[in-house]
Amino acid sequence: MRTIKLGLLRGGLEIKEFLRQRESVVFTLAFPVILLFIFGSVFKNKIAPGVTFSQYFVAGMVASGLVNTGFQQLAISIPMSRDLGTLKRLRGTPLSPISYFIGKAIVVTAAMLFQVTLLLGFGALSFGLHLPTSAALWLRFIWLIVLGSACSTVLGIAFSSVPKSGRGASATVSPVVIILQFISGVFFVFSDLPKWMQDIAAIFPLKWLTQGMRSVFLPDSFAIKEPGHSWEIGKIASILVIWLIIGTVLSVRSFKWSKE
Amino acid sequence: MQSSSGIAIEVRGLRKSYTTKSGTKQAVDGIDLEIKSGEIFAILGPNGAGKTTTVEILEGYRDRDSGEVSVLGADPGRLGRTDREWRNRIGIVLQSAADAPDLTVAETVHHFANYYTKAKDPDHIIDLVGLSEKAKAKVATLSGGQRRRLDVALGIIGSPEILFLDEPTTGFDPEARRAFWELIRALRDEGTTILLTTHYLDEAEALADRVAVINKGLVLEIATPDLLGGRATAPARVTWSEGGQARSELTQSPTDFVKTLASRFDGEIPDLAITRPSLEDIYLGMIGEL
Repeated sequence: MRTIKLGLLRGGLEIKEFLRQRESVVFTLAFPVILLFIFGSVFKNKIAPGVTFSQYFVAGMVASGLVNTGFQQLAISIPMSRDLGTLKRLRGTPLSPISYFIGKAIVVTAAMLFQVTLLLGFGALSFGLHLPTSAALWLRFIWLIVLGSACSTVLGIAFSSVPKSGRGASATVSPVVIILQFISGVFFVFSDLPKWMQDIAAIFPLKWLTQGMRSVFLPDSFAIKEPGHSWEIGKIASILVIWLIIGTVLSVRSFKWSKE
Repeated sequence: MQSSSGIAIEVRGLRKSYTTKSGTKQAVDGIDLEIKSGEIFAILGPNGAGKTTTVEILEGYRDRDSGEVSVLGADPGRLGRTDREWRNRIGIVLQSAADAPDLTVAETVHHFANYYTKAKDPDHIIDLVGLSEKAKAKVATLSGGQRRRLDVALGIIGSPEILFLDEPTTGFDPEARRAFWELIRALRDEGTTILLTTHYLDEAEALADRVAVINKGLVLEIATPDLLGGRATAPARVTWSEGGQARSELTQSPTDFVKTLASRFDGEIPDLAITRPSLEDIYLGMIGEL
């Protein structure tokens, strides 16, 4: 109980910290909006009657927002905190690493909710984005965000043990994220990618998150274009849960409070 | 628990080596220590003597190669499930630690108070370390000395039974150091055991009940500051000029020596001076720098 209570307190503290770092707020919250603006302005064509590229792209933007805000941000910032001694200090207190992880999951989820609200609001107002109309779709959207944030958080913490220092972290983490984004159908229509690339992408959670987001933002008639010829919602949930478990185990086992 | 035995920290035959590119370095080469509950114990030594390695093993940050270690009755290298319970009873002030720069002093101290079951009143602690006026300031705006005081506030917020201080006053101005020493003495008077590492002699002399001088991973001596290196019984050096030459004599009885010397002169003895070795002379002699 104490572990969870301290986790919630850390979450509150981290949100406070996050909101005070103007650069990170602007980057995290506005970056997807800027990308949508650029892609929406460049690709004005419709990919199907009544479905704009922006409509397709927003699913990818939300999914890759989860990867950027959770995985990428943590895998870079945790090695930096490690270099500064912030983590070593925490290690010296009775704080459990689990509480630290819970705090991170909370700040990631909160940042995601801000980011998505801004993105969808901007998309609906400026690019004629169609928002989901049924409560069931909104519910699916919310659990995808929450499960996706949790998954992305634990994988980010697990990966934070890979970079040797905070300085090199960005160079180690960013290529992984960019390649995943390209092969998972964030920037391209996934069904246009070669089969082997789709198969590789199917190992990682980003492809499934993007597919889940497509099921929220695209008409049901698009389901047939997916590799499984349906949205495969149950499979998406299972694969994300498996990655959540893998990420949690790796985080607990490999987490390093200091460089030694 | 530990007060029944009166021993807060016990170390026997502690060894630790590091492998670096240039070979193996024996950082700690068989150290024995026994620190009593309620005392201020200083580990004094030059940079690279093994102070930080020793203390970090006691704090549970590092593994050791061999030796026995007991801190508050527990082995910091084998805490397992008792880790948090044990950490609830100790306080650590590291040599370098950074905090969230965008949080205020008050927010940081109040937050850390949540980690401990016996936390002190955060506002009182902020006052105690002299940061009341900076309570609402962001950590990023603090000076080096103020940051160090915040470190101390975070180290003592949980009412620790043992407080570890690793070179706590490096970079302090003289006034801030004196204020800091007062704070440490006040904590000792409340019953906190304090283990301090320092490379400042005056700090060890002013604060410590007992001092261990270590160099090259070995304890050279453990004594009260006034007895260190046989300081109390060290011979006095009498210096004077005779026949245009500087002369000097080491003696256990300088008064008798000066009486004899006076009989050789008609009136004042030229350039007469009697000196005892300072703690610094003793220390530098011990670590082989003299």
